[in-house]
Amino acid sequence: MISRAQLGWQCLCPDIESLVCLLHNAGIPTVVQNTLQGGARMVAIDPDFWGQAAAVAAANRVRWCAVWGEHLPPKINIFAALAGRDGHLLLQTTVSDRQAELPSQTPIFPAANRPERYLRDMFGVHFIDHPDQRRWIRHQAWQEGQYPLLKTFPLAGSPQEMTPPDCLYPFIPVEGEGVYEIPVGPVHAGIIEPGHFRFQAMGEDILSLEEHLGYVHKGIEKCAEGRDVRGLARLAGRVSGDSTVAHTWAACQACEAAVGLILPRRALSIRGILAERERIANHLGDIGACCNDVGFAFAQAQCSRLRELWQRQNSAVFGHRLLMDVVVPGGVNRDLNAQQIDVLNKAIEQLRHELQDLLPLLYEYPSLQDRLRTTGILSLKQARSLGVLGFLARASGECWDLRRDAPYAPYDGMVITVPHTLEGDASGRLRIRGDEILVSLDLLEEMLKKLPPGEARVDFPAVSGDCRGIGFIEGWRGEILAYVHLDAAGAVSRYFPRDPSWLNWPALEAMIEGVIVPDFPLCNKSVNGSYSGHDL
Amino acid sequence: MFDVLAKILKTGCLTEKLPPPDQAVIELGSACRKEIGRIFGNSLAIRMVDAGSCNGCELEMHAVNNGFYDIERFGIHFVASPRHADLLLVTGPVARHMQAALKSTYDATPDPKLVIAMGDCGADGGEFGISYASCGAVANVIPVDAVIRGCPPTPLQLLQGILQLLRGR
Repeated sequence: MISRAQLGWQCLCPDIESLVCLLHNAGIPTVVQNTLQGGARMVAIDPDFWGQAAAVAAANRVRWCAVWGEHLPPKINIFAALAGRDGHLLLQTTVSDRQAELPSQTPIFPAANRPERYLRDMFGVHFIDHPDQRRWIRHQAWQEGQYPLLKTFPLAGSPQEMTPPDCLYPFIPVEGEGVYEIPVGPVHAGIIEPGHFRFQAMGEDILSLEEHLGYVHKGIEKCAEGRDVRGLARLAGRVSGDSTVAHTWAACQACEAAVGLILPRRALSIRGILAERERIANHLGDIGACCNDVGFAFAQAQCSRLRELWQRQNSAVFGHRLLMDVVVPGGVNRDLNAQQIDVLNKAIEQLRHELQDLLPLLYEYPSLQDRLRTTGILSLKQARSLGVLGFLARASGECWDLRRDAPYAPYDGMVITVPHTLEGDASGRLRIRGDEILVSLDLLEEMLKKLPPGEARVDFPAVSGDCRGIGFIEGWRGEILAYVHLDAAGAVSRYFPRDPSWLNWPALEAMIEGVIVPDFPLCNKSVNGSYSGHDL
Repeated sequence: MFDVLAKILKTGCLTEKLPPPDQAVIELGSACRKEIGRIFGNSLAIRMVDAGSCNGCELEMHAVNNGFYDIERFGIHFVASPRHADLLLVTGPVARHMQAALKSTYDATPDPKLVIAMGDCGADGGEFGISYASCGAVANVIPVDAVIRGCPPTPLQLLQGILQLLRGR
């Protein structure tokens, strides 16, 4: 299933320079901003053009990535990230914090739906023409009219002793004879994060699914404020524990860009090694878990064995089974000696050997594939419209990968193969994970072989003034974005991590129509959105 | 099918003898008594509740069920409903949006029951502390009988901790 990378969709979308010209041609004045360091250009536009700019982007097949805010009293800056063929463009605009109003980008980009509602819940920005005026991340821990990410709202807030359960979220019912509702969560039956799923079903068929997330909202963005970069790196590593390396890397990349720190290539290569090891560990776990969700315990036993061996190697070489806190501002806090490189190389050989038997068996096992094939189909059109990321997108034919398309060291010197397929079903998502493991093993081997000499870490310099940076990392779930604003003392005044799950969760709702209720756990696991990464 | 059987035979039995811990990996509260082992000793049903963790603790909880650690050989298994549970294994600093759900789950668990707060977040809020969005520790919401620290605790620490709870220190 592995094929040479084909740009496909991206061939048709403009590069960043051209995108800015397209905005001009549409009558949208842009002012280049040089206040943001890192792998993105930023232009400021007038708030009235916010929706129009999105329309120009959509008409030119540009991908919508994220929207977030920053309160700089008495104004709120709003940023939207778009992806062109060769990198990212940030649109920036400013609204007053008293009457914060902006045209919605959701009618043009459905992916903006929940992020804009999140912005409203956290900053009070009203998005005109947003098709869904319901609250999203706010349950009952703070009141309507309170906005936690405004500087006037204290970290402690004013919570009640017992926050009431969120029983009154207005789910959209389906009317009809024989239609019933199934509420699932927030506490789920297995060992899994909490969230609520409201099914409208008839017999075994799911007519519609609505997710209600936000149960693990911990105020990550608020408690980042005031931290130094070391503290920020620790926090970033806990946005989503299974993506600790990628999130920490993105945050550190943003901080390093903000202060203009260039890292030694060795440090970046080791970060790449950590990131690929994280990718493999998660894909192994997911393959086993997806099979387990359809009762194929053999795969779970084998994959959990392989994952356990992989995690033990992580512990032996890097000191932590999940690789938490190994990526630090300035590099990595563990260097590799010849013996450790040997351990890692042997691990690659061993896993390749194991998967040589296991993967073909899983791909062709009839009773397993009978459950996986045609289950939870996400079409290319849906994937494109929702702007989904990572393996989820590639399993439906949308072939974005930052390591290839907007590469950062150490990937900039490498040829990256991006497996993809048009199948779009649970079987395709399993297959893409397996193929990505094999690609990652090749990348790991190359990175270890070509590990440059030098330092694994340099000191993070004292900050000389207010600065901002942005980081983009291809985590195992997809593109991670991290925006950091450091004040003159070097303390964080804003940290925004955009986990890829923001764009992938809606895909679960899109694929589920017509799926039977017992296949829901498989579909959920085959998407594997992060609850914690989403809720912040 | 024969491929599967052959692979199973080739893999063999992975389960490792559990080493005795160097020290107590679990902090036992004053309510823990020696009789816990007698009451729950050979069969412990665990209901896990993620009350806002980053998912790291859950990954290690999955690991404790794998062939190497095989928690089920000690008669310990994870159950789907709090009504079937003897022990609540709670992770996370307790996000305020999970507070009521955690309390309901605790109330639904029949007596006698135990609660373990797993991980640094469960113990004292970890990186998230107390805020408008986080209660700051499992013990701030429900009574906690024991704490297993770590970020996350390793499967070995989790397994040894639970067994220490059952056998009394």
